[in-house]
Amino acid sequence: MATHHAEGDAAGAAERTSETPGASPLIYRTRLPVRIWHWTNALTIFVMLMSGMMIFNAHPRLYWGVYGANLDTPWLVIGNRGTSGYLQLLGIEIPTTGVLGYAQNTANAFPPLVTIPSTYSLADARQWHFAFAWVLLISASLFMVYNIISGHLRRDLALKPEERSISHLWHDIKEHARLRFPTGEAARAYNPLQKIAYLGVLFVLIPTVILTGCTMSPTLDAAFPWLPELFGGRASARSIHFLCAGGFALFIVVHLLAVVLAGPFNELRSIITGWYRLPKEREQ
Amino acid sequence: MSKDKTPGLILPAERPSSLVTRRNALVGGAGLLLAGCDQINASPTVKSFLSLGEQATHRAQRLVTDRNALAQEFSRAEMSPVFRQNGNQNPGTAEYNALAANRFADWTLAVDGMVAHPLRISLAQLMAAPRRTQITRHDCVEGWSAIGEWSGVPLGLILRRAGLSGNAKYVVFHCADSTGGAPYYESIDLIDAFHPQTILATHMNGELLTIGHGAPLRLRVERQLGYKQAKYVMRVEAVASLDGLYGGGGGYWEDHRGYQWFAGI
Repeated sequence: MATHHAEGDAAGAAERTSETPGASPLIYRTRLPVRIWHWTNALTIFVMLMSGMMIFNAHPRLYWGVYGANLDTPWLVIGNRGTSGYLQLLGIEIPTTGVLGYAQNTANAFPPLVTIPSTYSLADARQWHFAFAWVLLISASLFMVYNIISGHLRRDLALKPEERSISHLWHDIKEHARLRFPTGEAARAYNPLQKIAYLGVLFVLIPTVILTGCTMSPTLDAAFPWLPELFGGRASARSIHFLCAGGFALFIVVHLLAVVLAGPFNELRSIITGWYRLPKEREQ
Repeated sequence: MSKDKTPGLILPAERPSSLVTRRNALVGGAGLLLAGCDQINASPTVKSFLSLGEQATHRAQRLVTDRNALAQEFSRAEMSPVFRQNGNQNPGTAEYNALAANRFADWTLAVDGMVAHPLRISLAQLMAAPRRTQITRHDCVEGWSAIGEWSGVPLGLILRRAGLSGNAKYVVFHCADSTGGAPYYESIDLIDAFHPQTILATHMNGELLTIGHGAPLRLRVERQLGYKQAKYVMRVEAVASLDGLYGGGGGYWEDHRGYQWFAGI
């Protein structure tokens, strides 16, 4: 067995050459703190999304502004008329029976399959949501410190100067659209779109979702009046919080799709053990 | 386990209408998953883990916020056009109906428990007392909010007048309404009780409270969620502990639905 030292990361990784000549090398790509963060966060985000959907079920209407209640004008409603579910977006109604509004014989905005708990309980959902909010806050803070101290942010996540050009990004978008992912040496590092997705989650979605969550707290709003001011009021903060949740859901879908398309075994090994086999260079 | 086919077992494929369709398997699987999740949700260990989060939130909010920080106050122009009613909208008891019929002229607020001088305060006395008027945002636990104007007597003033005992830790509000036979009540700690915006309101939007909004008296504790804003307040009791009081949770929703006692978020 070849030696490996756990100093590597996406770039400059430790290597373990296979006994079989010609096979692509196995590299140590994902360090332990990144793996721990990934799995903690995966669990946390799922609990937050599912309990969040149950909390949303208590008042499935979203407003812009400082206030918003049943007799005010919402920009989004998920509701039901009898056994027909609908989603109303900016006044346009879309039938969603079986998915939203009315599904699984339940008149909840989000159906039992995707909520924690599955039967209506705002109180329980809040307990889950706020307990895991602490996990999210603490793990995200620790990971941010790690990112800076270890150089993970500078070395692996930040876009390299040459990656910042429109033409380079456009090329990367086209490659992704053709489902052609980097191979060989290029696969040692995250690709630009991947970096942008991770940076977006770390620096946009997570801070925004935490701050808008805090803005829904009357106690925190009293102590930190800049919070509701920042987001244009509590009702707006609640809407932005919901949109962030949508952003997380979208990230998860794209992320899982990318894992499946890039080779689920290799990707899973990398995020569990850290070891990743560089995909073979494509024939040009 | 033997992989041999059990004699007489009919394979699904051999049936005219298959018992195990992909859809059924999916729905069945989802059902098992849900049952599993609900078992986790009901587990006492999980519940106590989750309540650690609740305690952390309570402590952290008290730690990082100024205890006297005022909730934002708004102008009349920023008020909700309609402030919806919520919770019980009329206690409907014979006693309450009689009080309401006489415009609460015979109503009195009892202030007792751990106080040196128990009080009985009439509505006329409350009207004559120093008052505070504030336009604030009401945040329901469900997620909606509404802005309204509240006017009433600072709770701190009443507690001082009654001579609150140094051993008292909570103030309990006993209400005229009940749900399914369980009386509504709420409680707050002394930080909130003596907060300048914590008032016993007699007026809303410049008029006497309507029955729907909690006439003749409701609590406003502006840095907490809606379910803490007890309506139809009949009695204010100072206590050292919430144990042994109704369900021990410190409020109707806390006892019956498991809502958090500290409703700061």
